[in-house]
Amino acid sequence: MSRETTIWLIVFLIGAVMLFGRAMFTEHGMARMYVEESPREFVDLGDEDKSDWVSMDEVPEDVEVSAIPADRRVSWTSQKTSNYGEFVQQPAGGNIQFSLARSIGVWLAALFTLFVLSFLIKDNPLYKIAESVFVGISAAYWMVVAFWDQIVPNLIGKLSPTLVRNWAMPGLGEDERQELLYLIPLVLGLMLLWRLSPKGGWISRWPMAFFIGTFCGLRLIRFLQADFLTQIRNSIDPLYVTEGGVFDVWASLANIILLIGVLSCLVYFFFSFEHKGIVGKTAKLGIWFLMITFGAGFGYTVMGRIALLAIRLEFLFDDWLWLIDPTDKRLGI
Amino acid sequence: MYEFFKNLDRRWIFLLMLLSVAIPILLQVRFPEKPTGLAQNVFDEIENLNEGDPVLLAFDFDPGSEGELGPMATAFTRHCCEKKLKMYFLGLWPVGPQMIDDTINKVIRADFPKLEYGKDYLNLGYKPGNEGVIKVIVTDLRELYTTDDKGTNVDQIEMMNGIYSVQDFELVINISAGYVGTKEWVQYAATPYPETIRLVAGCTGVQAPLLYPYIPEQLTGLLGAIKGAAEYEKLVIDKYDRALGREPDGKYLEGIRRMGPQLVAHVLMILLIIAGNIIFFTERKREARS
Repeated sequence: MSRETTIWLIVFLIGAVMLFGRAMFTEHGMARMYVEESPREFVDLGDEDKSDWVSMDEVPEDVEVSAIPADRRVSWTSQKTSNYGEFVQQPAGGNIQFSLARSIGVWLAALFTLFVLSFLIKDNPLYKIAESVFVGISAAYWMVVAFWDQIVPNLIGKLSPTLVRNWAMPGLGEDERQELLYLIPLVLGLMLLWRLSPKGGWISRWPMAFFIGTFCGLRLIRFLQADFLTQIRNSIDPLYVTEGGVFDVWASLANIILLIGVLSCLVYFFFSFEHKGIVGKTAKLGIWFLMITFGAGFGYTVMGRIALLAIRLEFLFDDWLWLIDPTDKRLGI
Repeated sequence: MYEFFKNLDRRWIFLLMLLSVAIPILLQVRFPEKPTGLAQNVFDEIENLNEGDPVLLAFDFDPGSEGELGPMATAFTRHCCEKKLKMYFLGLWPVGPQMIDDTINKVIRADFPKLEYGKDYLNLGYKPGNEGVIKVIVTDLRELYTTDDKGTNVDQIEMMNGIYSVQDFELVINISAGYVGTKEWVQYAATPYPETIRLVAGCTGVQAPLLYPYIPEQLTGLLGAIKGAAEYEKLVIDKYDRALGREPDGKYLEGIRRMGPQLVAHVLMILLIIAGNIIFFTERKREARS
C-alpha cells in the first residue's frame, strides 16, 4: 500500500468513526428527517357517467358512507416535511414522526456530494459511481418528462383529446378539438427516428432540415431585433446629461465611456484596415475594454461557483451533520 | 520559497478554497450589504405595483443552481406576498415546477397561510418548447396552458379571469440559470412588446455580464448572482421586518448568509492570482537572465 493510500485510508476511517459517534452517541443524532402525517380519505359521490370525488370531511350528513362500495373510496396518508424542533415541541400523541426513507435520502445526498468532490483529489471509483448514477437518472428523468409533458399533451392530446382526457389529463378542456394538422409533426418525428434504421437513413435529414430552417428563421428575427437594432438604439445616449436642469457629471461620464467602449471594440473587430497608427491605438483600447469585460465575466463565474460550493457545504453542515442551524429548525442545537 | 510555490500540488489550493468557504459557514460569518442601483430597481418595480396586480414568476432553474437562485426565488415570492400581488408561477425547465413547489411550501404555505391556491397564487407548471413557449404565450397564454400544474382546467380557475397573454401581467419576474432564461424572455417578450411587458430578472453569475447590455430599456432590473440576491434580500427585510421592529426568519437571509464565504473565498482568489503572477514574472525574469 502506497504512503498516499495509507494516509487517505486513515482519514476516511477517522471520518467514519466520528460520523458513527455523532449519529449514535449524541442525544439528537444527525441527518434525521421528520414528517407530519395526516390521513386523507375521499369518496366518489358521482354516478356511473361522471365521477365526483369529495373529501370525507365534506360529505353531506345524509349520505351513508359505509354504503359506498370500496372501489369508490380511496385513502392515503400525506406527509408534510417537518423538523426536529417541531418534533421535540409537539404535544403527546402528535403526528410528527421520524422518517427513515427521507433520512436515507439525506445520507445518500451527502455521500454523493462527497463522492463528486473526491474527484478533486483524483479520479476514483466513488466518483465514477456518482457520475454514472447521475447520468442514468438524468436520462430517465428527461425521457419521462418528454413523454408526459411533450408527447402526451402536445401530440396525442391534439390528435385525440378524448383519449388523453379519459386516460391521463382529466383537466383537459371539453372544448379541445381534434387537430389533424398535428399529423405533420407526428410524421416528421417518425421520419427522424428513421436514422436508427440500417437503410434509408437519409429520410431523417428532411425533418432535421425543417427544424433547423424553422429555428434559424425564428431566432434570426429576434436576434436582429433584440441584440442588434435595439442595442444600437440603446447605445445612442446623450453625452451631456442633465437631471432637473443640473449637469449630471457621473451619468455624462458613464455615457462617454460607453460610447468610447463601443467604438473602440468595433474598431478592434474591423479587419479591413491594418491595425496601425490611430486605428491600432483605438483597437488596443478596445482590447482593454474586452479584457475588463472578460475579467468581470470571470469574477461573476467565480462568484457563482463559490455559491455552489457554499450551498453544498451548508447542506453537509446543516442537514447532514447538524453542526449549524441557520434557520433555527432544530431549536439552535 | 519560489520553488515551493512553483511546484505546489494543486490539491493544497483546493483545500485552501474548501477551508475559506467552510470556516465562514461554520462560524456563521455575515457582512453588511449595501444595495446597488440594479437591486433597487428590481425592488422598486415590485414595490410600485398595487395590491391584486397580476405578476408572472418564471422559474427557469434547477437544483444545480439552487444555491445561487433559491434565495432570489424566496425573496421575490415573499415580496409579492407582502405586496398582496396575484402570483402566477411557471417554469420552462423540466424541474422548474419542483423549484416552484419548494418556494410555495417555504414561503406561502409557511408564512402566508391565508393566501389561497387558485385565488392568490397559481402554479401553471412546466411546458416544453423553450423560447417557442414564450413566443406563443406573449400573445396567447391559453394556447399552451390549458390546465394548471395539477391538471385543473384554467377556465375553472378564478384568478385566470382576464389573463389571456403575458401582456396582461403587470410585471414578469424571471429567475434564470441559462438557456432557456432571461435572454429569451428579453428577446421574445420584452423587446417586441416594450409598452406592455416589463421584465426584471435574477440570474446566475455566469449569465450576468451577458445580460447587462439589456439594461435598462429591455430589462428594468437585474439581480446578478448571490450578491444581487443578498442586496435584494436586504431591501425586502429592511422594509418588511426591520422597519416593523422584528428580526427576519433565517430562510430570508440565505443570500446574505452566503456572502460571508464569498468574501473570504474571493480574498483567497485575489491572493492566489497575485501569487501566480509573481511566480510567472519571476520565472520569466530568471529565464531571461539564463
